[in-house]
Amino acid sequence: MSIVDHSNKPGQGDRDMEKKKKIRVLAAKPGLDGHDRGIKVVALALMNGGMEVVYTGLRQTPIQIVEAAIQEDVDVIAMSILSGAHDYLFPKVMELLKERGVEDMLVLGGGIIPDEDVPALKESGIAEIFGPGTTTGEIIKYIENRV
Amino acid sequence: MSEKKVHDNLPNDFEKWSESVEKMVSKRPERKPEFVNTSGIPVNRIYSPLNLEDTDYLEEVGFPGEYPYTRGVQPTMYRGRYWTMRMYAGFATAKESNSRYRFLLDQGQTGLSVAFDLPTQIGYDSDNEMAIGEVGKVGVAIDSLKDMEILFDKIPLDKVSTSMTINAPAAVLLAMYMAVAEKQGVSVDKLRGTIQNDILKEYSSRGTYIFPPKPSMRIITDIFSFCAEKVPLWNTISISGYHIREAGSTAVQEVAFTLANGIAYVKAALDAGLDVDAFGPRLSFFFNAHLDFLEEISKYRAARKLWATIMKERFGAKNPKSLMMRFHTQTAGCTLTAQQPKNNIVRVAFQALSAVLGGTQSLHTNSMDEALCLPSEAAVETALRTQQVIAHETGVTDTVDPLAGSYYVETLTKEIYDRAWKYIEKIDAMGGAVEAVEKGFIQREIQDSAYQYQREIEKDERVVVGLNRFQVQEERPSNLLRVDPSVRDEQIDSLNRLKSERNNEKVDRALAKLKDGAESKDNLMPLVFEAVKEYSTLGEICDVLREVFGEYQQINTLS
Repeated sequence: MSIVDHSNKPGQGDRDMEKKKKIRVLAAKPGLDGHDRGIKVVALALMNGGMEVVYTGLRQTPIQIVEAAIQEDVDVIAMSILSGAHDYLFPKVMELLKERGVEDMLVLGGGIIPDEDVPALKESGIAEIFGPGTTTGEIIKYIENRV
Repeated sequence: MSEKKVHDNLPNDFEKWSESVEKMVSKRPERKPEFVNTSGIPVNRIYSPLNLEDTDYLEEVGFPGEYPYTRGVQPTMYRGRYWTMRMYAGFATAKESNSRYRFLLDQGQTGLSVAFDLPTQIGYDSDNEMAIGEVGKVGVAIDSLKDMEILFDKIPLDKVSTSMTINAPAAVLLAMYMAVAEKQGVSVDKLRGTIQNDILKEYSSRGTYIFPPKPSMRIITDIFSFCAEKVPLWNTISISGYHIREAGSTAVQEVAFTLANGIAYVKAALDAGLDVDAFGPRLSFFFNAHLDFLEEISKYRAARKLWATIMKERFGAKNPKSLMMRFHTQTAGCTLTAQQPKNNIVRVAFQALSAVLGGTQSLHTNSMDEALCLPSEAAVETALRTQQVIAHETGVTDTVDPLAGSYYVETLTKEIYDRAWKYIEKIDAMGGAVEAVEKGFIQREIQDSAYQYQREIEKDERVVVGLNRFQVQEERPSNLLRVDPSVRDEQIDSLNRLKSERNNEKVDRALAKLKDGAESKDNLMPLVFEAVKEYSTLGEICDVLREVFGEYQQINTLS
């Protein structure tokens, strides 16, 4: 996993060029939850799938995640929560992204998230929620199709 | 025919048999070219007395209740008394958790096991900004002695044993429990129970650390020393492989990393000047009951033997109780599927049976809905009934260690012992478990195994029933148990009330004394106890310690 300086962000016209570049992902653990098996396995799989992954480590506040995403100039934020705090923390990240004028990042969530919570999370701007049993292959495919 | 004669002919007979089977297999292959268990140990087609030729029964297996305790820590095991049926529970407020505990006790549960919410586990009060969204979610929110009084309301603390899953702030929660006991008129030397108090696996696997390793180890040895004198029946630590396994380790790694942590605690206590036989008998363990039935049974037997050997030979413990590995077991949460959740009842039953056949002292059985949400009362009841069926109906409890002498189980017990021992030697060479965690060695080993396991599922080499085979279209259950977000407001209201009602001068004085103590070498336990009794909050106490000790920064092992 490498941290690359992307101070020259390509403009819209370079979109095709950008496509050929490695997809950059911020793997994040918002809140106090310490279950990091899932996020680490996903991060390793994305790396082996040819993406660049920056992992935040545990106990990140929504603002820390948003700042890391902007600073690292990622295409995707992939967050994982198993503590049940997704209902507050995921929408909070989306709210802060909007405040900072970031609209083009693909934001994904995973963990123990009841189906009935999914519509509200998607409404807040989370593109997809991946629950228990999702394969890393499905996640890679999803990201490749959307970025 | 005598035993001797069997052995004389056996190698030849075995050879002949193997040749004929190989011929058959070359025409009709077995399901896989080679069979390997989750720890990477090759599994042979059969095991026979040939595998145990070099085993000295008395030295390596022995009798239950006797060194090296391979067959169990008590001579009569479940013929004397069943294991403690202890369901991990707690959510929302102290009041709601109290009613769940009383329900479980009414259902025949024999011990309590308290789940705290994450802010409590990380030493934040419910009004801390870091706690937003987390209050009452994965356990009960405890901010002060006031909450603890409600949590154990009408539960006589001299009659139950209570296990508390609390690590970094274990001293504070134990002090609160002692204070509740005193208020009930129960002397603290009568208290029975366990605090998890195992910080090393928090750095490697579970994540609820606060302070760096050095001061954390000091708090732990302070607790050992305080309890040896004042709370002698209390298990001062539950050295936990459970979370190491949940994080993705193999069975061998679970044993190795848990015992390496155990060695680090014993060393720290000896360095602090304690006598191994003063604290050794109160060390307890906690293991995971995973899917591979016979591997798990062998794992518990190997772990028991390994700990006894380490305590006797490395640390010179003399008291037999210091050599006995007593452990709690929980079935493996990570093996539960969100798909076809009823299948989880079956998984849990086999896992629980492995723990019983492995000689566990207490057991938590997971509820079928735990891959979806917090367990509902109905699901918890089935999980508890699973233990009661094993205890009362299966008959496996009527003889001690019934799988002893199985050629396979004995061979595997030895194999796990040897492989775990090699890992421990490697960790010793790094300077011990603290150093191995600081180098990221343990974390990397675990994450590599987790990745490997997931790869096997995705490549269809590992079948998970209902997930990658035998799938059905199904509706996900609704009406799951969830915690009302207003719990945080309630907690904040009562925190504010508490702060206006208590004697704040006394609180300040107790906290100042605690700070002085933390800066010196004094035992922190009596100081924490005083602060708790003045209704200092958990957050206030941990903030004082944060100020003196600093906070642990996790290292990144994904590079």
